[in-house]
Amino acid sequence: MIKRKLVLSFPENIVTKPITYRLVKEFNLEFNILRAEITPNMEGKMLIELKGDKAQIDGAVKYLSQTGVTVQEAAKDIITDKNQCVDCGLCTSICITQALVLDDKSHKLKFNKDKCILCELCLDCCPVSAIKVHI
Amino acid sequence: MGKTIEEINEKIKSGSVVVLNAEEIIEYVAEKGVKRTAKEVDVVTTATFGPMCSSGAFLNFGHPDPPIKMTKVWLNDVPAYAGLAAVDAYIGAAELSETEGMKYGGAHVIEDLISGKPVKLRAIGYGTDCYPRKEIETYITKDTINQAFLFNPRNCYQNYYAATNSSGKTIYTYMGKLLPNFGNVTYSSAGQLSPLLNDPYYRTIGMGTRIFLAGSQGYISWYGTQHNPGRERLANGTPCGSAGTIAVIGNLKEMSTEYLRACIFQGYGVSIFIGIGIPIPVIDEEMVEFLRVKDEDIYTEIIDYSVKRRNRPSCGKVNYGQLRSGKVTINGKSVQTGSISSYFKALEISNVLKDEIKNGKFYLTNFVAPLPLEEPYINLDILSREELQ
Ligand code: SF4
Ligand code: SF4
Repeated sequence: MIKRKLVLSFPENIVTKPITYRLVKEFNLEFNILRAEITPNMEGKMLIELKGDKAQIDGAVKYLSQTGVTVQEAAKDIITDKNQCVDCGLCTSICITQALVLDDKSHKLKFNKDKCILCELCLDCCPVSAIKVHI
Repeated sequence: MGKTIEEINEKIKSGSVVVLNAEEIIEYVAEKGVKRTAKEVDVVTTATFGPMCSSGAFLNFGHPDPPIKMTKVWLNDVPAYAGLAAVDAYIGAAELSETEGMKYGGAHVIEDLISGKPVKLRAIGYGTDCYPRKEIETYITKDTINQAFLFNPRNCYQNYYAATNSSGKTIYTYMGKLLPNFGNVTYSSAGQLSPLLNDPYYRTIGMGTRIFLAGSQGYISWYGTQHNPGRERLANGTPCGSAGTIAVIGNLKEMSTEYLRACIFQGYGVSIFIGIGIPIPVIDEEMVEFLRVKDEDIYTEIIDYSVKRRNRPSCGKVNYGQLRSGKVTINGKSVQTGSISSYFKALEISNVLKDEIKNGKFYLTNFVAPLPLEEPYINLDILSREELQ
């Protein structure tokens, strides 16, 4: 039995339900959706944890890739350095789960950790390197 | 009856001046009307804080003994231009380090100088009778050299395009990381706070105008490169894309890294966040009409940066209210937006400038000459000598 945390990116046109159903059914995996952000007409993202046989997990990852889902190992932890950040908001255009948003009132960057799916898309977008992976 | 700069400065001196920032003025006019606002408000502070690549600093290092005529200069391994007199050089913000590449550049040198950090100066020369030394390596700070002044040939764009990417892969541009298939939209203007959008026809902002430049009191020295006032405009005077620009100058030794920051756009290069604040005198009612402009009244075009040509196609027009809401629609698809320039910082600068004026630390100026309202915008074509004769 092993555990793996993965970030899945679903293209706009893929329906997620049958895919997750098959993961459980056919690969005999314990499957946990930790966070998900699926909006119509937009790319969807999901942070999942898979528990099961290594061979089963590999099979499931292969199946996912074949259906057009991008699979990526999840990062450890994302942090934003408040001293570095200039509150431009560039990263908020990248973060699909809206874990990174500008506060309406203060205009400052707000990082809502609970919404972060550790996809790492924001990492190389910050002009002052205020977004980092915490190890 | 209008107000003169001299009258406003008298009020600053006596402490009775009324100053609002460019956000506050919007509601003020909505509440009190144009006439009353023109009477009651003296100054509106505008500001912006965004990456402005066309920036750099002139430095004079002082003469070593024996002296040197520097022909090549490096500051922390970043080349500076030395084709000037013996110990003068210009360090450009976008210049990259010869040892660290895109991780460190001229902008970082400028930021390090402002924060007082020691910077390694290396220079070579060919040696002359009057300048016998051929090389030098030493450390400097802003306090150990004669002059250090920022001189930026193009800053403070009057509006700018928004960017997106229609292609199938992520691209890295000066407008930031653009995700595939219209994955995001980035934009760069401070909108309703932006200086030249609040004085669209340059009635009060001109050459010689005193400004807030990265924490110091600097000046507009000229109109900026690529100044393009002829851009199509709305009835409120604001252009629907990049238009006017200014060249600015100020004492680097008085600047603060709160308002100037080096930055790196992955895959593109080094740039520099510059904070600029410009006070606009409320000279008459017409000025109030311009100053009341709000994000919803300022439009820009979303440009597809995946097209590798000078002329890139537009994906539609949007206003800054829509851009700032976090989402816009392109071809029926909802797309997330993000700003490259910081509204938070711009607002902060507009408030700092407001306080400086109220406290009698910043006086307004009449410009010496206006910014041109007509200027050709020329592209570089590849021509032979014969074609030009
Ligand atoms: S891109 Fe960087 S500087 Fe800008 S808001 Fe995000 S973390 Fe802050
Ligand atoms: S890694 Fe970054 S882009 Fe991805 S969800 Fe977390 S904050 Fe958002």
